[in-house]
Amino acid sequence: MADETTLWISGHLAEKIRLHGAETYPHECCGALLGRDGSAMAGTDPEKDKLTPSREIVALFPLVNRRDDSPRNRFSVSVDDVRAAEKAAREQGLEVVGWYHSHPDHPARPSAYDRDHAWPWYSYIIVSVRNGAPQDMTSWRLNDDRQEFSPEGIEVRHRAAV
Amino acid sequence: MPVKVVIPSPLRPYAGKRESAEFQAKTVGEALGHLTTEFAELRKHLFTEDGKLRSFVNVYVNDEDIRYLAKENTPTKDGDTISIIPSIAGGCDQLCCSRRF
Repeated sequence: MADETTLWISGHLAEKIRLHGAETYPHECCGALLGRDGSAMAGTDPEKDKLTPSREIVALFPLVNRRDDSPRNRFSVSVDDVRAAEKAAREQGLEVVGWYHSHPDHPARPSAYDRDHAWPWYSYIIVSVRNGAPQDMTSWRLNDDRQEFSPEGIEVRHRAAV
Repeated sequence: MPVKVVIPSPLRPYAGKRESAEFQAKTVGEALGHLTTEFAELRKHLFTEDGKLRSFVNVYVNDEDIRYLAKENTPTKDGDTISIIPSIAGGCDQLCCSRRF
């Protein structure tokens, strides 16, 4: 399920994620990725489907990190926030296809803690923020066996395809 | 009228892409048991290896969190809706910190 996937995102939204990470530094930022899943959009034309993105991000739903006790190395989204993100997505004809968060002064690689709390199917974008300045941004999907993440390509476009 | 179980987006690929499923069940645990029997691949994403509901899986009966009711023994009645709501969390841990810049 998690092989050879690509996430399409506009340059504008990618920059918003990076800026969110810089704003909340040295704490972790978090938010929902609203968009469309390519597997649901695939049609009957295999050639055309090759051009269909695996998944595209159309909007963001920035959230407040609820981990007051350890916000430098943890983030948490409340159930109410999850529901609010899903409602916002539905109202735009989209769905929550993933989540983003920052790793202050750490690489943009998922931790064991990330893995233990991850769900399959969702895209997990991580932006590294070093000394307040956003660095690498990566995306990951949890494998079916829950043992590890697979990297997901991020294709930044000036305008996300529809 | 059976109990309706709403399946969240990340678990639908393991449930025949279904958004919900309906079962005759007297408790939340019974309904989830039916769900994971019908869709066996769901089990590892909802339960630990020793059969306990994973800590980051929230289950609501209508608008009530079962943690504040009788957990999986929470009784259900015809027409109830059971919602599985993902708990979203993460962050750096010791492993990550060992790779610090």
